[in-house]
Amino acid sequence: MMQGILDIDALSVRFAGRNSHFDALRGVSLSLEQGRILGVVGESGSGKSVTGLSVMGLLPQQASITGGRIRFKDQDITARTPRHLRGASIAMVFQNPRAALNPTRRICDQLSDVIRAHESLDSGAIRQRVIHLLESVNFPDISRRMGVYPHELSGGLCQRVMIAMAIACSPSVIIADEPTTGLDVLTQKAVMDLLFRLSRERAMSMMLITHDLGLAAQYCDSIAVMQKGTVVESGSPARIFSNPQHAYTQRLVDACMTMHPAQPHPAGKTTSRKRRPLLEVSNLRKRYANGHLAVDGVSFAIAPGESLGLIGESGSGKSTLSRLVGRLLDPDDGAIRFEGRSIGTIGARDFFRAEQRPHIQLVFQDAAGSLNPRFTAFDSIADPVRRLGPARNPGALRHHVEKCAADVGLAPALLDRYPHQLSGGQCARVGIARAISVDPKLLILDEPTAALDVLAQSEILALLERLRREKGMSYLFVSHDLHIVRMICDRMVILQNGKIVETGNCEEVFQNPRAPYTAQLLAAIPHFRPASQEAAAATGTEFAGS
Amino acid sequence: MMQTFRRRIGARALASLPALLGVIVFTFILMRVLPGDPAVYFASGPNAGQAEIDGLRHKMGLDRPMPIQLAHYVAGIVTGDLGNSLTTGQPVMHDIRARLPASLELTLTALGLSLLLSLPLGIVSAWYANSRWDQCIRTLCTICFCIPPFVSAIFLIYVFYYIFGLVPDPTGRINIFTPLPHDITGFLLVDFLLTGDPAGWREAAGQLLLPAVTMALFVLSPLTRMTRASLLTVMNSDFIRTARAMGLPTWRIVTVYALRNALSPILTTVGIVFSTMLGANVLVEKVFSWPGVASYALDALVASDYAPVQGFILLMAILFIMVNLLVDILQGLVDPRVSME
Repeated sequence: MMQGILDIDALSVRFAGRNSHFDALRGVSLSLEQGRILGVVGESGSGKSVTGLSVMGLLPQQASITGGRIRFKDQDITARTPRHLRGASIAMVFQNPRAALNPTRRICDQLSDVIRAHESLDSGAIRQRVIHLLESVNFPDISRRMGVYPHELSGGLCQRVMIAMAIACSPSVIIADEPTTGLDVLTQKAVMDLLFRLSRERAMSMMLITHDLGLAAQYCDSIAVMQKGTVVESGSPARIFSNPQHAYTQRLVDACMTMHPAQPHPAGKTTSRKRRPLLEVSNLRKRYANGHLAVDGVSFAIAPGESLGLIGESGSGKSTLSRLVGRLLDPDDGAIRFEGRSIGTIGARDFFRAEQRPHIQLVFQDAAGSLNPRFTAFDSIADPVRRLGPARNPGALRHHVEKCAADVGLAPALLDRYPHQLSGGQCARVGIARAISVDPKLLILDEPTAALDVLAQSEILALLERLRREKGMSYLFVSHDLHIVRMICDRMVILQNGKIVETGNCEEVFQNPRAPYTAQLLAAIPHFRPASQEAAAATGTEFAGS
Repeated sequence: MMQTFRRRIGARALASLPALLGVIVFTFILMRVLPGDPAVYFASGPNAGQAEIDGLRHKMGLDRPMPIQLAHYVAGIVTGDLGNSLTTGQPVMHDIRARLPASLELTLTALGLSLLLSLPLGIVSAWYANSRWDQCIRTLCTICFCIPPFVSAIFLIYVFYYIFGLVPDPTGRINIFTPLPHDITGFLLVDFLLTGDPAGWREAAGQLLLPAVTMALFVLSPLTRMTRASLLTVMNSDFIRTARAMGLPTWRIVTVYALRNALSPILTTVGIVFSTMLGANVLVEKVFSWPGVASYALDALVASDYAPVQGFILLMAILFIMVNLLVDILQGLVDPRVSME
């Protein structure tokens, strides 16, 4: 193996529990070369984050390195990563930037802390450096906003601050652990472009840890695919995509490809468009108490059996809209009609008594967080049946719940487990089973796959597609991911700042976006583009050589 | 900013008025349904005639209907008159003003001592969670919490006064022969400092030490445990990991990153502990003959002397509301997200 700036050689990491242990890494070897970007791809639990944390010496207490070595520029950092290296030579960018910043400290002070930890400068010089750093991450309105706290910033801006912290002392290696997970597609592109540009400009090496093969393919010089604590395959993005060797890589590539279908997806296009709409929303408006106009005159309709995608970045009002339609929030103005009857006038507090409540059900974004931690999967699914469904004796109830679980592909043995004993995908299935247990006509899905890795995501999407066909439900599918909406929806509505900017058939929108905003969204989707990839690789070599 | 701040304090003060009124009415009724007749207690002797008792009852206003007594009482409070104590013969307001500084001085010193000990102990305990140090500290806390303050008081007196003679005679705030400083704040330590009397200051500090330590030990446990628990939660959060990934020095992570974010629940606990101590230090005040408000109220209660007890409870209610307000203001300073609302 070639000598890189950061070499990981046959690294093994073990998590010790009270009376069990778990090998998170089993002999992982990776090499990061000077000025290059290495993508580490895998589903959750594959050990990719553990690899990053091992390099930083930030493994949790119960984890220990049981074998192998980590070398940074001829220095062995397996046992511990000295403090003067952390932040100054090897820096890390974390997932969920809002939580990763200290909530009670101004961002300029947090940046100064990092500089002060590694260099002795006077406060004037530090301030200059902070301003310069914020400039280089394109932080807007620096003079006014450098004194704000993290909670006053959007997720994307927090991640910019995080990146500024990471590059504060000009490290030679940056480890970016899912830096864009949870950010919407435009922000994701901005953040990734920034990381890419900085890494090229400063000849920094970067290890990009992600579950998104498309993202890795677009930005990385080489990719390592991890599964169950081992690297199963590595190579250039072009090679991985064109000729995946390992079965697991094959599945990842397939999952990635189905997200970018060349041909229209085979979902049974419903023909019931002529019939009376199931849900009709007209001129809906919602202003929050703080004066923010979240939804501003939105109208759309959903036919029985139809699936409508609701697209927008965070803050576009899509979640507010889904809560209005789901009757968890009261609109200020406008009408919501379900099967021709107005339900917008029934207060959100009283809607649980309305006869339409069982017909409109919701599936939430955070699959695990939206389950009661003290309820078993069985109780979670049975709960709405007990409250909203016809009275059933215990035997019939169990039978019904088991049928719902079977519908969503949840093994009966899992029904007695609590949410923390279930995987993300299994929690998502419980959430869906709970929603369909009362035979709804309209299912509101609020980013149901956002927290799942790519394989679990494609399974859940296939499940949703099948359920819709079998049960003839309508979907209001809220997402920031255009590809997912394209896979599962007939039509889509694109929201920006609470207003509809475009609506139309999914394929038409994809082929021929009319609103400039839609075109911008489509351009920002990360995926493997062979042509641009080569260009990027070329610039990379150029910078590395200079 | 300052304006909204003032408005919030005003709103809080208004919102606490019903609670205060409730306290006034409740204690008033409570004192009247308790057994015991103050007139009998204060009649000149055990064989005082009915006529003498009735005369006393009339003089004390006890023969009038209860609502009228209550109205008189409330009217008195509004004009700053809490009635007269029959045991001391002084207006209750005067007694409380004379004794409150003694209680506050003792409580604040004890709280300060306790915080000085419990914050470092809590930090060590959390930073080295489940280590031997952690075990030792937790055991110490349990012991301190289990021993009632009057027992630890007597133990401390026995060791430090009787055996080693390190502290002065543990009675009262100051030796009766020491000239008292000019009464400025009522806090002896502060007054001695202001009048520039180091010898007097040492004297007063010596007297204060044992009762303050007794009380500090008693509240050591909740403060340490809360510090530990709150720090542990914070230290598992993402931004601590970030700080470590950025190579910040450990002491900076502990103080600026962890402790600062863990302060909120600790502050709440300090508020509760302070309010509890002020009322509950009656045992310590009794053991050390400390001329505080709690022992004053207890003496009055035993004597069925209504006015001081009512005054004391009213005082406690006002203090409690003020402490809560102060804690809320501090919360806003500690966590920028709180003041956003």
